[in-house]
Amino acid sequence: MLEIRNLSARVEGNDILRQLTLSIRPGEVHAIMGPNGAGKSTLGNVLAGRPGYEVTGGEVLFQGKDLLAMEIEERAREGVFLAFQYPVEIPGVSNMEFLKAAVDARRRHRGESELSSFDFMKLARDAAKRVSLDQAFLKRGVNEGFSGGEKKRNEIMQMLLLEPSLCILDETDSGLDIDALQVVAAGVNAMRDGQRSFIVVTHYQRLLDYIVPDHVHVLAAGRIARSGGKELALELEARGYSWLEDEGV
Amino acid sequence: MSELINDLPQASVQAQLLQLADRQGAPDWLAPLRLAGAREWRDAAWPDRRTELWKYTPLAALRRHRFQFPVDILPAWPDELLLDVDAIRLVFVNGVFDAVASRSQHAAVVRFSAADAQQQTLIARHLGHVATTSRHLFASLSNALVADGVLVHVARDQVLDKPVHIVHVAVPQAEPVLVSPRVLVVLESHAQLELIEQFVSDSQVQHSFVNSLTEIHCGAGAQLRHYRVNLEQEQQLHVGGVHVDLWRDAQYRGFTLAEGSVLKRIDYQINHQAAGASAVLDGIYLTRNQQLLDYHTNVEHKAPHCTTNESFRGIVADEARAVFNGRIHIHPQAQQTLAELNNRTLLTSDRAEIDTKPELEIYADDVKCAHGATVSQLDATAQFYLRSRGLSETQARSMLSFGFINELLQGIEQPAVREHLHRHLQRLFAETLPLTVTTP
Repeated sequence: MLEIRNLSARVEGNDILRQLTLSIRPGEVHAIMGPNGAGKSTLGNVLAGRPGYEVTGGEVLFQGKDLLAMEIEERAREGVFLAFQYPVEIPGVSNMEFLKAAVDARRRHRGESELSSFDFMKLARDAAKRVSLDQAFLKRGVNEGFSGGEKKRNEIMQMLLLEPSLCILDETDSGLDIDALQVVAAGVNAMRDGQRSFIVVTHYQRLLDYIVPDHVHVLAAGRIARSGGKELALELEARGYSWLEDEGV
Repeated sequence: MSELINDLPQASVQAQLLQLADRQGAPDWLAPLRLAGAREWRDAAWPDRRTELWKYTPLAALRRHRFQFPVDILPAWPDELLLDVDAIRLVFVNGVFDAVASRSQHAAVVRFSAADAQQQTLIARHLGHVATTSRHLFASLSNALVADGVLVHVARDQVLDKPVHIVHVAVPQAEPVLVSPRVLVVLESHAQLELIEQFVSDSQVQHSFVNSLTEIHCGAGAQLRHYRVNLEQEQQLHVGGVHVDLWRDAQYRGFTLAEGSVLKRIDYQINHQAAGASAVLDGIYLTRNQQLLDYHTNVEHKAPHCTTNESFRGIVADEARAVFNGRIHIHPQAQQTLAELNNRTLLTSDRAEIDTKPELEIYADDVKCAHGATVSQLDATAQFYLRSRGLSETQARSMLSFGFINELLQGIEQPAVREHLHRHLQRLFAETLPLTVTTP
C-alpha cells in the first residue's frame, strides 16, 4: 500500500523528518506516537502534499506510484485521505456543495459517473448519521461554527464518503470528549475491511483503546525510534517518552 | 433653460447633457424641480482629479458620446433577464414603460405621468428633497431632466403583501442614449415595503448612460427592505444614487450588488433624521477586464440612539479597479450611536486595484463605532483543505472566491432574490476564471 523510504522533509527551514522509513501493507493500522515536535503531523502533511512542507530526500510509493510527484488533488483522487488536526472553517462555502464536488472528483477519477443531487443527498445523510452529525450541518458553511468535536466528525464523514485506500488521522483525538472519541473510532472501525490501511497519529494511548493498531511506531527526532505491537502504546503510556532519549535512540 | 446652458462652455459635458432638457416634454408641476436642478447642475464645479468625491473615477467616458433621449418605441429584449419573483412589477426598456411586461395594477404604485392631484402634491413634497445634491452631483442632473418616474406610496400602518419590483432594461439603439430612471418611495409611519430594483441589459455592446436616482422617505417606525442589483453589459455607463431619510425608529435594510463597467458609480446617502432609526447596508462588487466600479456611501447620524451596520465585499480581477468610500458622520447630538463599517476586497491579479477608504467622523462622545478595511488574497490553508479532498486548484479557488461573497448573499432575506443572484454568480464564477485565479 505505502512504502516510505528514507524520507526527509523540512518546514520553514527546519529539518523535521530525517530519513524516515516505513512500510504499510493493505488492511493494516499503524499508530504513530511520539513527543511533541517529533514530526508526527509533518509526516501526514507531507504525504498529503501540503504547501510549505519541503521534501529534501527519499521517496514514497503509494500503490506502486510515486506519491510525491503528484499534485495535492491527484493524491486525494488516488485514495489518500488526511483527516486534519485542525479542520479549516470556510464560511460561505456550503458543506454540501463541497462534499459533492469531492465525491464527484473521486468518482470521475475511478471512471464512474457523477452522482445526481438526489443520490448524493441520500449518501450524505447516511454518512452524517453514521458519525452522529445532525443533517443541518450539511447545509452550513464548511466547518463554520462547528465545535471541535463536530469538526472531527465532519472529517470522518468525509472519509466515509470518499472511501480512501489510505486514511491518515492526524491527532483526530485531540480535543475530543469520550463520546465523540467513540463515534470517531466507530466510524474508523467500520471502514476496516482488510484492504484499507490507516495511519493513526496520536499523542495519547487512549484512542488506541478504540482503534486497535497492528503496529505502533514511536517517532523521535524525525525518524522511527522504535516499533512494536499494540503493547508498545501501553508501555509509552506508562513510562512517557523521556526514556527513549535516555536510551539514546 | 437655454439661458442656463449659455452660461456653460458649449462643448462641456454639462452643457450637452443640459441641452437635452430643452427637448423634453414634462408636466408643469415638475417645472420648479427641473429648474432648480438645472441651476445646480450649471453651477456645479465639474469634477476632476482634485475633487475628493471623484478622485479615482474619471468622467472622461461621458465625453466620448453625444447622448440622446431614447426613441419612444419598445425594442425586443430577452425576458430571461428578469428576476422571477411574485411582485408588483414595473418594467422600463431604455426608460420607456413596457406595459406588457409589467404587472403594476396596485394602488400603492403610480407613474408620475399618471399621478392624480393628491399624488402630485405628495411627489412634489418629497421629490428632490430627500436627495442631497451637494454630495451627489448627478442628482441635480436627474432633477433637471425629471419628466416621469415611479411613486411607491405605502400609507400609514399598511404592509404591502407583495414586493415592488422595478426593472430597467437597457437595449442598444442607433445613438447612445441617456436614461434617467427616477423612483420615489414614501412610507408613512409604520408602513412596510420590500423593494427590488434591477438594472439589466442584453449582452450586445451599447453605450447608453443611465443616471438613476431613488429617493426613500421612511416615516416613523416604517420598515423597508431594499434590493438594488446592477448587472449590465460592460460598455454601459451608470451613475446612480440612493438617498434615504429615516425618521423615528424607522428601519432600512439595503442590499446592493454591482458588476463593473466602463464607468459605474453608485452613491448611497442614508440620513438618520430622528432617534432610534437603524440602517443595514450590505454590498457586493465584482469587476474584471478593465472595468471600473465606484461605491460611495455616506451615513449621517443626526439623532441619538441610531445604528448603522455596513458591510461591503468585492472581488477585483484583471486590470480592473474598484473604489470604496464609506463615510459615517456622527453629529454632536447623535449620542448612543452604534455604527460599524467593514470593507473586504479580494484582488486576484497583480494589476487589479482597490482604493478603499472607510471614514468615521465622530463629534459625539458617547458612541460605539468601528470601521475597517482589508485587502487580501485567497486563504492558502483553505485551498489546501479543498484540494486535499480531490478538488482541482481551479475548482477550489472558484469555490473560495464565491464563498467570500456568498456570506453576504446568504444574508438576503427575500428567497427569489437570493436564489437568482446565487445562480447568476455561480455561473459567472464558473465561466470567469479571472475572478478566481491569480494571474501573474
